Amino acid sequence: MQSSAFMSRKEIIGFVILAALIFVIFPAVLDNFRLNLFGKYLTYAFVAVGLALCWGAGGILSLGQGVFFGLGGYCMAMFLKLEASTPENTAIQSTPGIPDFMDWNQLTELPWWWEPFYSLPIALIAVVAVPVMFAFIIGVAMFTRRVGGVYFAIITQAFAAIMTILIIGQQGYTGGVNGITDLRTLLGWDIRTDEAKTVLYFVNGVLLFAVLLVAQYVRKSKLGRLLIAMRDQEDRVRFSGYNVANFKIFIFCLGAAFAGIGGAMFTLQVGFMSPTLVGIVPSIEMVIFCAVGGRLSILGAVYGALLVNWAKTSLSESFPELWLLGLGGLFIAVVMVFPNGLAGVWSEKIEPRLLEIMGKKKSVAPAPDGAPAE
Amino acid sequence: MFADYSMSELGAIFAMQGFAGLILFSVFVLMALGLAIIFGQMGVINMAHGEFMILGAYVTYLTSNLFGDYMPALFGTYFFVAMFLAFLASGALGLFVEWALIRHLYKRPLDTLLATWGLSLILQQIYRSVFGAREVGVTIPDWMMGSLPLTDLIEVPINGIFVMVLAVSISIAVYVMMFRSTWGKQVRAINQNRVMAGAVGINTEWTDRLTFGIGCGVAGVAGSAFTMIGSTGPTAGQLYIVDTFLVVVFGGAGSLLGTIASAFSISQAQSIMEFFLSGSMAKVLTLLVVVGILMIRPQGLFSLKLRK
Amino acid sequence: MSDQNSESENNHLSRRAVLAGGTALTASLFLPKNLRAADFPTAEVNTTGLAVTDDTVTIGILHSVTGTMAISETGSVQAEKLAIEQINAQGGILGRKIEYIQEDGASDWPTFAEKARKLLVNDKVASVMGCWTSASRKAVLPVFEQHNGFLYYPTFYEGLEESPNVIYTGQEATQQIIAGLDWVNQTKGAKSFYLLGSDYIWPRTSNKIARKHIENFMEGCEVVGEEYYPLGHTQFNSVINKIRLRKPDVIYAIVVGGSNVAFYKQLIAAGIDPAAEKPIVLTISVTEDEIRGIGGENIAGSYACMKYFQSLENENNLAFVKAFKEMWGDDIVIGDVTQAAYLGPWLWKAAVEKAGSFDVDKVREASPGIELTTAPEGYVKVHENHHLWSKTRVGRALADGQYEVVFETAELVEPDPFPEGYQ
Repeated sequence: MQSSAFMSRKEIIGFVILAALIFVIFPAVLDNFRLNLFGKYLTYAFVAVGLALCWGAGGILSLGQGVFFGLGGYCMAMFLKLEASTPENTAIQSTPGIPDFMDWNQLTELPWWWEPFYSLPIALIAVVAVPVMFAFIIGVAMFTRRVGGVYFAIITQAFAAIMTILIIGQQGYTGGVNGITDLRTLLGWDIRTDEAKTVLYFVNGVLLFAVLLVAQYVRKSKLGRLLIAMRDQEDRVRFSGYNVANFKIFIFCLGAAFAGIGGAMFTLQVGFMSPTLVGIVPSIEMVIFCAVGGRLSILGAVYGALLVNWAKTSLSESFPELWLLGLGGLFIAVVMVFPNGLAGVWSEKIEPRLLEIMGKKKSVAPAPDGAPAE
Repeated sequence: MFADYSMSELGAIFAMQGFAGLILFSVFVLMALGLAIIFGQMGVINMAHGEFMILGAYVTYLTSNLFGDYMPALFGTYFFVAMFLAFLASGALGLFVEWALIRHLYKRPLDTLLATWGLSLILQQIYRSVFGAREVGVTIPDWMMGSLPLTDLIEVPINGIFVMVLAVSISIAVYVMMFRSTWGKQVRAINQNRVMAGAVGINTEWTDRLTFGIGCGVAGVAGSAFTMIGSTGPTAGQLYIVDTFLVVVFGGAGSLLGTIASAFSISQAQSIMEFFLSGSMAKVLTLLVVVGILMIRPQGLFSLKLRK
Repeated sequence: MSDQNSESENNHLSRRAVLAGGTALTASLFLPKNLRAADFPTAEVNTTGLAVTDDTVTIGILHSVTGTMAISETGSVQAEKLAIEQINAQGGILGRKIEYIQEDGASDWPTFAEKARKLLVNDKVASVMGCWTSASRKAVLPVFEQHNGFLYYPTFYEGLEESPNVIYTGQEATQQIIAGLDWVNQTKGAKSFYLLGSDYIWPRTSNKIARKHIENFMEGCEVVGEEYYPLGHTQFNSVINKIRLRKPDVIYAIVVGGSNVAFYKQLIAAGIDPAAEKPIVLTISVTEDEIRGIGGENIAGSYACMKYFQSLENENNLAFVKAFKEMWGDDIVIGDVTQAAYLGPWLWKAAVEKAGSFDVDKVREASPGIELTTAPEGYVKVHENHHLWSKTRVGRALADGQYEVVFETAELVEPDPFPEGYQ
């Protein structure tokens, strides 16, 4: 394995297998309803991939990824809501042409900061730019003062709490606790039909692969190696003359951008956005997706998001009361027993066995990035 | 806003509002002390802190039922018994959790966060299975409800006084344990240099376990006290977790005095803003100010200078 | 179920049958008894591929049994299951037993949407009893409209909605608010009101309607304060001081969930005893269910404005309370929403039988005008706008956790989800 190559052979195989799963196998075996569900799970994978970079590689644990996911989702939802709120559709309101929840809250005109969202290009830029801007502000404030680890986790968690209270409290502008609902069309294309959902699933898959390739590039670049060096010995990197804060800010913003794209795809596929996806609980759940997949592995993050959400859906369909016990147990198990998650299980247990079966005697090196350090 | 009121009325209102701030302060202190011990001294993030508090609340509920059924004559005093039992129950659970989970994770503080979050989910489901999804009503002895008229205009809630007295006593008790007892010296020694502490013969393993247990026990007492002012249900613990962590972090981890100072400043800020603004905005502003200050001064109000 | 239970069930049902017979004469509503499935071939009563077989029909129950809302929604699930069991004991609907698929919304709105889609698309349920919060209803609404499902929604809510795919069995805001405000003004002479609520759409919209009514329709009355706290807030001492400062005649409180418990405990601890009625505490968010958490002694003397109280003393309600306790335990209490949830399956049964079909379009067409003389709250009727005509009642909380009914409107109050003059 040469670290200078963009992908090792094993990694190429991993990408191909995942592509086969997402683009061939899932659409072939799942009905429309389940495929849409998997599409929803995959939107969380965007966040998990970002976390694998921030947390796994960079050692920055953010408990506020839900904020970025939500910001991306809200930007998309604002555009779709404006498109759905034509004067004809909203004729019964006292002020036709503005979103219904604004009318209920006695707003008589669209707030100025909603105006840009009439334009799809601006909305699409905002999906990435707004989360990145927030991440940049937080990152600059925190990392240049060398706040890290536990402190960073708790402060980002406080951001998640603030954001939820703000969105719920300013319901005239944000839709409040109900969120922005009843989204219908994207440039006249009905996103609620089965065909649209299938198309969106594939768009989602393509975007996810784009994000994965970016993540892979970052990991293989000098930046990726510096991040790991920083995670393990921050001071040495600093003394070697690198500006540690800037690298951290960059990777944190990248994670936020991924989360924002995921949020936008969530809005498109689910048909609404609500503050329940912004708060503390979803933010921590997103961390667990990444942890289950193996916090170091970007492919593992995708599998983690799929597996946890699929387990959540199927467990809560059959044993709603047991679901929390299962989820809680999963948290503990992934920390105590499988600190490297699915990726660790794969590279330590399954892969050697497979190679053995295939008759290759070559011994397999342990996971290239080593165990998570803290 | 105040034009229609006489000076004495205004004075009374401000006195009572100041008192409301003090009650909020006491509530914050009670919430945060247990966490300050665990997080500040051991560096462990216990996301299940709220659930340990709710365990205390459920113990109080059970005790009140027990006294109501078997010893109605002593009902007025059950609360003290309940607080003691709450301490024992939460403390015992804390010892167990430390043994089963936390001790394996001392080198990975962020992982304790995930593991204890999992623990909190499990505890919530257990509470729900055992006590039901609905909130339980804890009957408070009559003498603890109602208010004490100081003057014609100023009335002070008795349970508020109770919470304040409790907060002060527990703070003193924790202070004495921390700075006067052998255990406290050991805890602080371990906090400063674990290896060296072990080398001079301190049983670091047992000290850690005891510290975690005591921190959880204090949370249990807080939960018991909160049955007077809040609700007792499976998910009630989550309401406290963000506030609690912010108080501790804002105060500066490792400093008990800092925790108390930060509880005081946050509670006063919030209660003053609540009076002049609407409740939701007051909350957001308080959190924003706290986070803003933390960005400028990440080590919190008070910080120990440690050689790590 | 024990034999004793089924016996009482029969007594209960025979009374129901008698009442139903009476209705058939007076209100031209045809409620046939002992329908046999053979008379209604599946191919005819189900032309749209719903989950209907020759002897069963499947419906969905969609509530939160985990998460923060489980506290409130448990009662609704219990009521719906009771109604289904009673209907089945009576012979089912068009000779078919009702089976149900229960899904957990987990207090999470996207999950509600996902489960609603599952129920409608995969399970093809004929109707759904479900949702509690407005947010969950808003989340599932597009799903129901797209897949033409039929939802019975039990909670009193803010109005501003009239979906062809929903029957609202709870009150919309004006039905709950206006009569209560008039009552407190006329009988108690209240002139000034302090509005307080949890910070989300239902309390805000309800207070908006209350404010409009107080300022525009009640002579000489005023609102002296309006205040919102985040959901889950537990410290109310500041607002209690503000209330003291403003000296309102009425505290109009729409606080929900765990905050409720904190609010009433702190209110009484601050020396404002609702029983003293200085000021009067009037709420639209505390049912018997919530009082269990608050503690009856902490709220005794405050007034609640609802359409149903467990203590109603009519025949229907006595039987309902008895059956409910037999099924779910003696120490259970029944609140307004629980009763509204109980109406769901019965209203659906009546509509299906009137339509002679399970097809959603036909059931929808048959729904307006459906009456239920057997409703525990007395008598309800489905309006053209899919809400129910019901009475508004005011209850005074007692220390044992029940309400004593002190007022009820003489006539049924017309539902008006888009009230003119209140926007």
